[in-house]
Amino acid sequence: MAIEGADLVKAAAFLGAGIAMGFGAIGPGVGEGITAAKACEAIGHNPREAGLITRTMLVGQAVAESTGIYSLVIALLLLFVV
Amino acid sequence: MNIDLHFAVTTAAYTGAGICIGIGAIGAAIGEGYTAAQATLATGRHPEQSAEIFKTMLVGQAISESSSIFTLVVALVLLFTKLPEVSSVSIYVPLAAGLCMGFGALGAGIGAGYPAAAACTGIARQPAMAGRLNTNMIIGSAVCQTPSTFALVIAFILLYSNFSGKPESPTWAAILGAGLATGLAAIGPGLGSGLVAQAGCEGTARNPEQAKNATNVMLLGQAIAQTTAIYGLLVSFILIFRSYPATDLLAPAMGLLSAGICVGIGAIGPGIGVAMAARSAVAWIPRNPAMTNELIRTMLIGAAVAESTGIYALVVALVLIFVV
Repeated sequence: MAIEGADLVKAAAFLGAGIAMGFGAIGPGVGEGITAAKACEAIGHNPREAGLITRTMLVGQAVAESTGIYSLVIALLLLFVV
Repeated sequence: MNIDLHFAVTTAAYTGAGICIGIGAIGAAIGEGYTAAQATLATGRHPEQSAEIFKTMLVGQAISESSSIFTLVVALVLLFTKLPEVSSVSIYVPLAAGLCMGFGALGAGIGAGYPAAAACTGIARQPAMAGRLNTNMIIGSAVCQTPSTFALVIAFILLYSNFSGKPESPTWAAILGAGLATGLAAIGPGLGSGLVAQAGCEGTARNPEQAKNATNVMLLGQAIAQTTAIYGLLVSFILIFRSYPATDLLAPAMGLLSAGICVGIGAIGPGIGVAMAARSAVAWIPRNPAMTNELIRTMLIGAAVAESTGIYALVVALVLIFVV
């Protein structure tokens, strides 16, 4: 199997895309889970503020999601643009 | 370098067996150790319950152990069966099977230890609920083992499939990718399901009247936590059973391997995160039963958001297989 430069670059881009999205998914998944866990606890403590707690949870999760979206963007760039 | 195919396959089988039982032994040992630690503490606090706690500890450890028994079975199969030697693809099959089962047992082994530990602590606290706690523990830890069962299924499909008609070049990567997808994807959901089941057992002991509710929400949470393991299984099946055109290029092969790595590692975080959300909901329902619906709703919303990156990983993996 003769490996040429362009082929090697493409192979590295594919591998990089998989690694980027795979590892990039760990942090947001765990982080958003912790946020949701604490929101459930807060609702258990103080049920009257359920609406406010859910809103805060969603805003916090949206921010935590951003690095996952960065990973997705980089993965798609590696797949289709580079 | 010209290596005889028989020696190459045998070398790969021995390496695969070592990786398989090496990684696979980590999870169950940690899980069982945690169970034993909590059982010891519970016995110290309530020595009169020692017989019941001892029994529950052993049952819980036995379930936790099953994932490492799977790895032992796969390792023994790799050591002592005659594996097919059709082409250079056959070298990658035992490696992929070993990686799949080894990683697959890691999370489930640790996870299954949590509900067993919580059941031992709970029996010390509420001896009257021992029967219910045992049932809850057995259901919860059995669900923890499903991701490791997925890994066992994929390992055996890999070992007993016939790859003779397939081209060597991209198939080797598809096989390695398939093993890594299900194996790595089992880590998070296996561990996470254990966290949910732990809360289920604690809740049962805390408020026996809400035991049924705690078990139901526990099963719901575990089911959501396991979706990412099913993504891994799905990608493995696609990688194993799809046929690829022969190629001399490295890029198509690397795409298939990368798809497996992507969905596998991408499933770890969401599996644990979703389970954390479910654990809190299950823990708080027995404390504040009036808020059950509100808690389930928050859990589902939070879990759906936490799941999103797992879905991104699935999408990227499918793009790697079908588009590029």
